[in-house]
Amino acid sequence: MNIIEFVEVGRIPSDLFRRLADATAQIVGAHYMIREQPLDPFFALLENRGQFNSTDIVTRLRDLKSSNSMRIVGITDVDICIPILTFVFGEAQLGCCAAVVSLHRLHQDFYGLPPDPDLLFRRAVQETLHELGHTFGLHHCPDYACVMHSSTTVDDIDLKGDDYCVSCRATVEKCKDRAQQAASS
Amino acid sequence: MESGKIRILVVDDETVVRDSLASWFEDEGYEVVTAESGKAALQKLQEGKWDIGLLDIKMPGMDGLELQRKIREIDPSIQLIIMTAYASVQTAVEALKNGAYDYIVKPFDPDQLAHLIGKATEHKQLTAESERLKRKIDDDEAEQPVIGESPQMRHVMELVRQVARTDSTVLILGESGTGKELIARAIHNLSARKYMPIVTVNCGALPEGILESELFGHEKGAFTGAQYKRKGKFELADGGTIFLDEIGDIGPKTQSDLLRVLEEKKITRVGGTHEIEVDFRVIAATNRDLETYVQEGKFRQDLYYRLNVFIIDLPPLRERPEDILPIAGHFLKKYNLAMGRRVEGFSADAEKKLLAHDWPGNVRELENAIERAFVVCESNQISAACLPFGASESTSSDSTESLSDVERRHIEKALIKNGWNISRVSRLLGIDRVTLYNKIRKYGIQRPEQG
Repeated sequence: MNIIEFVEVGRIPSDLFRRLADATAQIVGAHYMIREQPLDPFFALLENRGQFNSTDIVTRLRDLKSSNSMRIVGITDVDICIPILTFVFGEAQLGCCAAVVSLHRLHQDFYGLPPDPDLLFRRAVQETLHELGHTFGLHHCPDYACVMHSSTTVDDIDLKGDDYCVSCRATVEKCKDRAQQAASS
Repeated sequence: MESGKIRILVVDDETVVRDSLASWFEDEGYEVVTAESGKAALQKLQEGKWDIGLLDIKMPGMDGLELQRKIREIDPSIQLIIMTAYASVQTAVEALKNGAYDYIVKPFDPDQLAHLIGKATEHKQLTAESERLKRKIDDDEAEQPVIGESPQMRHVMELVRQVARTDSTVLILGESGTGKELIARAIHNLSARKYMPIVTVNCGALPEGILESELFGHEKGAFTGAQYKRKGKFELADGGTIFLDEIGDIGPKTQSDLLRVLEEKKITRVGGTHEIEVDFRVIAATNRDLETYVQEGKFRQDLYYRLNVFIIDLPPLRERPEDILPIAGHFLKKYNLAMGRRVEGFSADAEKKLLAHDWPGNVRELENAIERAFVVCESNQISAACLPFGASESTSSDSTESLSDVERRHIEKALIKNGWNISRVSRLLGIDRVTLYNKIRKYGIQRPEQG
């Protein structure tokens, strides 16, 4: 079955979490399930930086994935990074089954601006689609409007669209088909 | 990079750094390979070509700086970026002095890293492009201009080679159409300035006010219609060569401005107040007798001396008849290529006709004659009938007539025959319109009253 499994990593507002899972799965064209038990990210804490190691979280998520889901995505509100970078919005292992997305730097408040829940939701959907794209084997896309376009700032995220371009979409569909075939065989 | 994908080599002794950078670069679409030590990196270098190298500065054994030096010896075209912690910024500065492209402090801001890699990629591509263009210029330079093989022209080419090595001002003398610009370009292409521009100004073609603005540029609002600031030819030739054609035809005001620029190598734009330093080499050319002009007070003596450093005198085509057929053969090849034809050569009577003609318009006239013959001739050989001048012209003149009489008569005849259409006549005579106007003025040829 084409199921994406969503996991809360730490605590995030449950309404936002469900809406995010629902919207993302709909755009990908997959079903979704929500893991009841949240994952405590404490194991990935980098004490000297006050951030969490996203690579460790992805590795843990991969181990947690249920056998009936094709992908597992962790959503967190903590600030995550890979050790060589100051932060990341999310991380996924290319062509692997797990990804994590952080909302921490997607909030307008992070930049000293008034909260904007709609904008936060839009960015969260874009980033989740982006990381899921990497799990489907997609690299960054040169198309500015594609959700797979590289973004290192929130401005970059706001500039791009809310869906995959035709070429990236074709790869996503192929991956889903393969996952479907693997599940049924 | 040949295949279009940038190849990055990451060298760091920490596994977590290597893995996370490799993963990040892969997502970005780069081809990335990692090495855990300087020794391993040198091994990777033997295995393939790399565009960008990210080197950690502190590694056990061979450190980043030593590795940088060794990589430079093997492949100086790799853009090297040094990765460092705050504590070793001083070392990073040293790396920059040794030719590293840039350095980045750990941990990296993703935006900064993306920009740095983008810039290094662009720099690498520009360097490669610049190398390709330089090779092309070197190839072009190897091609000598086709000006003939006569002893006179061999001597001219010898002078060209001699003077090209220096930065001296050159004055090229010769009748219209003898190839003065070709010689100027040959000097530039053989000089140390060959990778910089050569800018040509036809001084005779422009009225004084416009010439001043062409040469020195102008500031916005300097005169009516000067809506934008504009660089002059001297500024455009910065680092290269400026070729001042028809220098004998410039007015007294421009002569005086020019003298100042040649002496001080500084220009002031028309309407401007500040001086701009420019580095250029001057090659000037004229078909005038500048010495006589100086005596007659039409040309400043000091400017003449400033230009008269090294003279190359181009003999007219009629004084070197052995060059006519080889040059005609060169134009034959040129127009075969340009028009997609297969004209094999000239008939015996065509060759005779080419050799018998006086060529007042020199090589330019010869080229025009060949071009016209290509249009007129339908067979695969150019016959005498295809050539645009009468065989009797050069022989029919009274032998007591002076050369200038023959020229005046020839111009007058051409003007009458073509209804005083200056463009057509200048094309037929193989000279430019300015020269034709000058000759009409010189010989006092009057247009007949109409009606």
